[in-house]
Amino acid sequence: MVTFKIDGREFKAEESQTILQVAKENGIDIPTLCHHEAIEPYGACRLCIVEVAKGRRNRIVTSCLYPVEEGLDVKTNSPRVMSNRKMLVELLLARCSKNKVINELALQMGIKQSVIRPEYLEEEDCMVCGLCVRTCEQVVGVSAISLVNRGITKEPASPFLESARDCIGCGSCYYVCPTGAIKMEDKNGTRFIYNWKVEFKLKKCKICGNYWAPEKQLEYIRKKWNLPEDFFDICPTCK
Amino acid sequence: MLTMDEKVTAIIKKYDSDRGQLVSILQDIQTEYYYLPEEALIQVSETMGIPASRIFDVATFFKAFSLQPRGKHLINVCLGTACHVRGGSRVLETVERCLSIKRGETTKDRKFTLETVNCMGCCAVGPAVKIDGDYYGHMSTDKVNGLLEKF
Amino acid sequence: MPNKLRSKEDLEALRRELIKERKSDRPLIAVCNGTACRPYGCLQLTEAIKQELSKRGLEKKVELRITGCHGLCEKGPIVIIQPGDMFYQQVKLEDVPEILSETVIKGTVIDRLLHTDPVTDKKVVHRDEIPFYRKQERNVLGNNVEINPTKIEDYIAIGGYAALAKAILGMKPEQIIEEIKSSGLRGRGGAGFATGAKWESCRHAPGDIKYVIVNADEGDPGAYANEGLLSGNPHSVLEGLIIGAYAIGSQQGYVYVRNEYPLALANMTIALNQAEQFGLLGKNILGSGFDFSVRINRGGGAFVCGESTALMASLEGKVGEPRAKYVHTVEKGLWNRPSDLNNVETWANVPLIINKGADWYRILGTEGSKGTKIFSLVGKINNTGLVEVPMGITLREIIYDIGGGIRDGKKFKAVQTGGPSGGCLPESLLNLPVDFDELSKAGSMMGSGGMIVMDETTCMVDIAKYFLTFLEEESCGKCLPCREGIKRMRQVFDEITEGRGSDKNIEFLEQLSATLVDSSLCGLGQTAPNPVLTTIRYFRDEYEAHIKDKRCPAGVCKTLIHYYIIEEKCPGCGICVKECPQEAITFVGKKKPVVMDEAKCIKCGVCSDVCKMGAIGKR
Repeated sequence: MVTFKIDGREFKAEESQTILQVAKENGIDIPTLCHHEAIEPYGACRLCIVEVAKGRRNRIVTSCLYPVEEGLDVKTNSPRVMSNRKMLVELLLARCSKNKVINELALQMGIKQSVIRPEYLEEEDCMVCGLCVRTCEQVVGVSAISLVNRGITKEPASPFLESARDCIGCGSCYYVCPTGAIKMEDKNGTRFIYNWKVEFKLKKCKICGNYWAPEKQLEYIRKKWNLPEDFFDICPTCK
Repeated sequence: MLTMDEKVTAIIKKYDSDRGQLVSILQDIQTEYYYLPEEALIQVSETMGIPASRIFDVATFFKAFSLQPRGKHLINVCLGTACHVRGGSRVLETVERCLSIKRGETTKDRKFTLETVNCMGCCAVGPAVKIDGDYYGHMSTDKVNGLLEKF
Repeated sequence: MPNKLRSKEDLEALRRELIKERKSDRPLIAVCNGTACRPYGCLQLTEAIKQELSKRGLEKKVELRITGCHGLCEKGPIVIIQPGDMFYQQVKLEDVPEILSETVIKGTVIDRLLHTDPVTDKKVVHRDEIPFYRKQERNVLGNNVEINPTKIEDYIAIGGYAALAKAILGMKPEQIIEEIKSSGLRGRGGAGFATGAKWESCRHAPGDIKYVIVNADEGDPGAYANEGLLSGNPHSVLEGLIIGAYAIGSQQGYVYVRNEYPLALANMTIALNQAEQFGLLGKNILGSGFDFSVRINRGGGAFVCGESTALMASLEGKVGEPRAKYVHTVEKGLWNRPSDLNNVETWANVPLIINKGADWYRILGTEGSKGTKIFSLVGKINNTGLVEVPMGITLREIIYDIGGGIRDGKKFKAVQTGGPSGGCLPESLLNLPVDFDELSKAGSMMGSGGMIVMDETTCMVDIAKYFLTFLEEESCGKCLPCREGIKRMRQVFDEITEGRGSDKNIEFLEQLSATLVDSSLCGLGQTAPNPVLTTIRYFRDEYEAHIKDKRCPAGVCKTLIHYYIIEEKCPGCGICVKECPQEAITFVGKKKPVVMDEAKCIKCGVCSDVCKMGAIGKR
């Protein structure tokens, strides 16, 4: 157990915990975008940065990854943190200038108009947080997609930019995406996830007749957990 | 003549099917076929148990790899700082104009692929150009045509 | 197959034998076959010498040694003849018969092949009299001349692997680490972290399996210092690596060589095989009971893989994405195990320290930076090449005394060290001693060895833009500030260099720079602003010229320059007319100056390059 401070308040925590974990447990609000409690922290969006001081050394670190230490003095919204965070949101806004979530974030940071020239503004929805890819790998376990290319053209994509053959249609990527960049649609008994160029036949419940999940996903789960053949014939609501 | 299947199997075996050697495996495939055929990468994925997505991301991350077939002759124009300071970017522009392609592209007749490199270690003779295995130093805009005509 | 060396006595006995073989009365011709000499045709030259020796039946009577980089790359091909230590430069194929008849057989000197001292204007015969070499201390790189890098026997004959024997047969790991700590050796890859301390942390980190890694991913454009060392003397690096592995307690090493260095790759591969054959690598090294093996991995063409965690990711078969280093790689590195990563040059310094001791090593250098540093001195300098200097020497001494000053009679403007992570230093800082901390204080950094000299024809705004363009391509793209921030900075530079700059530009660049420095995930993003910030700091007037006056004082930024015909100098020969890709120049008549249509001109500069009369002007 170590003792340390966040914004002047003293806390005790296990050494293996991160600053962000302790902050969240204690109602201290630190903004995040690429973070999700079910997934290993990644450190891509940098929004969760805080200023830490230990002895004379003062530095900016991402709270999602920085482990707590004895005697650490953490500031979650010092002037240095705030000016960095504001510029980070400016960069996000310049890339995703029409995205609702990013625009709300910009407003919160007091940004009314982008500091970047209008002709350079882009209209992406994806901000390459990697949550879709990491969820697919760590939670779902199929690694159907990955972050491809390098630098400014880096983006989540299916192998060879073709239909993602390993995708089971669970939609976890869609649910976890913070900016709504994944386009998924269930219609007429079929699920479409347009980003990965996949479509799946949805399973129909034997009782209520509603379509509820992709057959491929159910088959994957069934095989993985060695469940009987008819296990998913009835939807959870009817069960 | 070995088939692609056999060649790829041999390459994987050469590296003991070690996942840590994926980059080396892809490099050998690239050397063999002048690019990374999708077929070969799928075979690597299935043989080594690596998700296709994790091979595709490596294939698109590193500049050494090409997913499109490359030309017969690979031209590398050095854009390292020393060559840049001596006019390397003008040499590149001239090559681009002569071949009607931009860097990273291949000519329609598949004769040349034009790439840039950031320092080959020939700074003394910059601007430097490498075509296949041979180095050419003291390049300037007026020497480009003559050099390309050799091919 | 040679017998494996199983003791210090075995090694020394072999060494004595090899020295005897070398100590013949045979004349020696040493030809540099380094990468930088290849464009000069040194391979053909070597072949020609071989043929000529054979023709005269002298193959057994004269030794021909193929070596790695001799250092004075500007004057290649370089041939050194013994006895007499005669230094011949810019040797041509036609010179070969004469070299054999006159110098090798008769011992007479061929004047035209000698180096001319630019100050005295006299010819210099011996290598150590050449001004380029006089102020250097070639402790590490100097051995290149003595050995064929593909022959381990040469390396052993000049004392190679004695340090290894001393270390693993006569010292405890803790003693070795103490010696390295006392020496003051700091990492030569750029960051300058204390090597001894790093080794110690790695040794003490919990875990049975540890790794040692050679970072040969020298990606700084303009730096080829590591290349010259690795391809010219791979055993010196290997010896250091084995000693380090023993000290740390590692049994598996990796050499990560940049894909763009085929010669270094080839020579290191040969070195590993030979070391293994001789029992200096692999199982039971020198009969010590210590097992250690090494694997070579090629880079895939990604500058970011020079960063330690990205390099390790690549070694794991993944994309070269760095990760946070809040937990250091010496504790959790490759495969989450304790890993020590050091630069090529750092490893090569280790055998020296073990052989001669920390006290000897501390003689050279400053208080905070001990030993020597290899630089690739390139750009607008007369003596381009690889130099090795004691820490503490001034930039002025390197550029003028060793480098021979600015070429083509131009004036010095700036010197860039540290690659894209470093900065451009102006004339006022020429007396700065080369030292890790001094360079950092000035806004630059040591880096892995690139030292690029610039003159009045270099535009400093263009240089900053060049580095940003480079980093934009090389950024791994994982973190927001680096991926998006560098692009946005580069866009501002597009505005400035294309005459669309505004007064707000510099302030914005400084603000965005601060964010990159503070919040980027790895060193690439954190140091990306350095070229921008140093050029703003030391060359602000150039920025203001571009922004306020829409003018490029150095005459580089295309949109802001105009080519024109200097009518008095134009004889109307029409060569430029032919070469112009846009047909922007028209031939008027013989002995009449040509006419240029500026509207068609794309500023490619071909006309200026081909004109022999200096009749193309630029403003």
